[in-house]
Amino acid sequence: MDAEITLRVDGADQPVTVDTRTTVLDALRERLGNTSPKKGCDHGQCGACTVLVDGRRVLSCLMLAVAADGAEVTTAAGLANGDLHPVQRAFIDHDGFQCGYCTPGQICSAVGVLEESDGELSRAEVAERMSGNLCRCGAYPGIVAAVEQAAGEQR
Amino acid sequence: MSAPARSPQVLDDKISGGIGASPQRPDGTLKVRGEFAYASDLWHENMVWGATLRSPHPHAGIRSIGIAKALAYPGVHAVLTHADVPGENAYGLKHQDTPVLAEDRVRYQGEPVALVAADHPEIARQALKLIEVDYEVWEPVTDMERAAHDETLPRLHENGNVVRHQRIVKGDPDARADVVVSGVYELGMQDQAFLGPEAGLAVPAEDGGVDLYLATQWLHVDQKQTAHALGLPVEKVRLTLSGVGGAFGGREDLSMQVHSCMLALHLGRPVKMSYNREESFFGHVHRHPARMYYEHGATKDGDLVYVKARMYFDGGAYASKTPVVVGNGTTLSVGPYNVPNAHIEGWGVYSNNPTCGAMRGLGAVQPTYAYESQMDKLATALGMDPAELRIRNAMSEGSTTVTGQVVDFPAPVAELVRRVRDMPLPPPNTDELGFPGGAANTTHGEGVVRGIGYGVTIKNIAYAEGLDDYSTARVRLQVIGGEPTALVHTAAAEVGQGLVTVQQQIARSELGVERITLHTSDTSVGDAGSSSASRQTYLTGGAVRNACLAVAERVYALAAERFGVEATNLSGGKVVAADGAVVADLAELLGEDVIEETREYHHRKTYPLDPETGQGNAHVQYGFSAHRAVVDVDTELGLVKVVQLDCAQDVGKAINPDAVLGQIHGGSAQGLGLAVMEEIQVTDGVVRNPSFTDYLIPTILDMPPMRVDILERPDPHAPYGVRGVGEPPTISATPAVANAIRAATGLELPRVPIKPEHLTGT
Ligand code: FES
Ligand code: FES
Repeated sequence: MDAEITLRVDGADQPVTVDTRTTVLDALRERLGNTSPKKGCDHGQCGACTVLVDGRRVLSCLMLAVAADGAEVTTAAGLANGDLHPVQRAFIDHDGFQCGYCTPGQICSAVGVLEESDGELSRAEVAERMSGNLCRCGAYPGIVAAVEQAAGEQR
Repeated sequence: MSAPARSPQVLDDKISGGIGASPQRPDGTLKVRGEFAYASDLWHENMVWGATLRSPHPHAGIRSIGIAKALAYPGVHAVLTHADVPGENAYGLKHQDTPVLAEDRVRYQGEPVALVAADHPEIARQALKLIEVDYEVWEPVTDMERAAHDETLPRLHENGNVVRHQRIVKGDPDARADVVVSGVYELGMQDQAFLGPEAGLAVPAEDGGVDLYLATQWLHVDQKQTAHALGLPVEKVRLTLSGVGGAFGGREDLSMQVHSCMLALHLGRPVKMSYNREESFFGHVHRHPARMYYEHGATKDGDLVYVKARMYFDGGAYASKTPVVVGNGTTLSVGPYNVPNAHIEGWGVYSNNPTCGAMRGLGAVQPTYAYESQMDKLATALGMDPAELRIRNAMSEGSTTVTGQVVDFPAPVAELVRRVRDMPLPPPNTDELGFPGGAANTTHGEGVVRGIGYGVTIKNIAYAEGLDDYSTARVRLQVIGGEPTALVHTAAAEVGQGLVTVQQQIARSELGVERITLHTSDTSVGDAGSSSASRQTYLTGGAVRNACLAVAERVYALAAERFGVEATNLSGGKVVAADGAVVADLAELLGEDVIEETREYHHRKTYPLDPETGQGNAHVQYGFSAHRAVVDVDTELGLVKVVQLDCAQDVGKAINPDAVLGQIHGGSAQGLGLAVMEEIQVTDGVVRNPSFTDYLIPTILDMPPMRVDILERPDPHAPYGVRGVGEPPTISATPAVANAIRAATGLELPRVPIKPEHLTGT
């Protein structure tokens, strides 16, 4: 069954007709040409597909597009309007990636983590909260440092 | 036909930083925005989707394949089988023993049998279910040791089940010693588990050829094998690298290359293939599982007298890199130690288990785990400190390896062990979250014991045993927009390691030019070899240097002609003489001229091993690293937490120190994974855990703090003195963690990954 929905993706309204079983990830990647979120597993196990929906991080491979109808979807490509978000800058500064495949998901996740936290984040808390985002290149030390830097800037 | 709409991209050429600096990655901005186009992001308006039917059986005959129903399914454009392979239905890196599509038998679960192209990936998957394959199921060959010796087992290939057998004999094979320790060690099957699954887009061309955009580690070897299977001359199969989401060896063998091109040529339209995670577990080779019998003899003072080893490597259904695993495994079998007498035998075999091939640390991970376990056992038997035993026996420059090769470059093994030994130790844990089990709050410290362990390794860098190993670079220097600009073009694969950054750094330093543009890697320039064996900075770095030097020579000639002055150097956009005087401004001197040179870099010659004695100068260079692991083990629940993982590594020359650090972090994480969690579980040839739910890789919580000490003892035979970096830390991390768990628990633990049940005895 098809449904007509509108996703507000990275600031622009995107009306799209989707099969009701389509995930947000597939709607973005296959229908709307936004390949910023990556598909690492399609089963909620890797975090590569993380985007922000109304400011909260979600695994877009687990969310149906119809459930996001009318919602604000932000991908790593749309975090900072053509410029770089402080979290993105921090990932570059601290070498928080190698192949970069996990990176858009890591960054959306980190932005969500900073949003969720009201006070200081310890290293252990950063790790705990980022533990749903796998990085096979093992850039974890850089990722922790990057999130810490961005958290410091936010305060 | 036009190039894909979403395709490889232009990298940043406005970064500065030469050799020894750690400039920003030119692909950094694209990657943090998710705009770096990986193979799975490629798109062509007119494309259809390819999918692969795979065998459910590890060993079976094929009586027939019925495609009519699948072909009739709405939205399906093509269904192809082995009968449609245009060229020879066989490929392989070392032996051409792998069918593109199975003919009358399958040799492993997941072997490709048929292909479908359809309008949508879901339609393609539905159609796969409609293909009717009549199998005659056979008993699989699954034990590596039996495969090596039991003549009564079915022969999986014409020449039997042994892919390679290698013996190495040094000194007196019957030497005796005061203290003898022995053990049998096993290592499970590890997966590369790169996060970006296999993908590519094949676009048919007007000349009857095909353009393939893909993620790979080695464009030219893919090109050669693909063209052969397609029955096309190589120049009609052109490959372009797209974004690669990690590789670690798993992209060295073909996966979707021939398949996508077959479909595209058959249909005359672009075909995209993109594996899902489960298919990825079947779509690439894994690390060889191994069983190793070791015996070490030493004097009562702790000097090694001999090593005897018998090692078995399970190569699975096809040869892939098994011959190299046996070569590396046996030649590196005694580790970075001086051993006067040795008798080593290694077998690499065929079985009906998944095919195994390249993975980071190829052929060195297995023996390192075994000999480092033995070194700890020996230290215990001698009542000696394990670090001290290693230092006492450490090889150094001038040492002779087990194959009789004299090490003619720095080999600071003792120094590396000392450095990790002397790093400060972490304090006992006091934080509730910090115990094994973490936030699950499984313990408040009761039943938790701490242990410290060491792991040291030697890994050969680049290709060995007589292969002519080289890379090619083309460099073009010209003035663009008033600024001297160099274009660097190689076929080398950026797989995440940062080779793009290194190429820019070298060109910047050699040409004294800030602006370095990188041409997309493709097959329109000469071979670069594989992004494996820790070889690209050495080989492609060497080629970029050589091409830059050739360009510089022509600039000097131009300066001599114009000004009659001999220039010797390019620096800061100026042409400079030996005395430091500026001869000319580079941009002014060049004017409209375009200087382009293409050069290769070949490393020193290596030689094959003697088939009987295993003696020979097989390797061009070695990398060394040492780890010290500190672990906490909850002995009641069998949970392990690696508290600290420190590393010292000699890299010869750190062209990019940050990237070196990244390699050491990442390699250590993968080595830790093998020690405590990563294994493809195979029962009777069937994979039981092809998902990230059941195949666990380290998360950010598993990653311990690391202190890293980078030594730079230049190798006089290598460009800039570099030494391969990527593999050693993967290798030495595993035994360090295993030895730490043994030290904590007193258990023997002869197998990795060490699982909770090994620790609780349940
Ligand atoms: S692709 Fe969504 S979690 Fe892996
Ligand atoms: S950077 Fe490669 S998976 Fe994270």
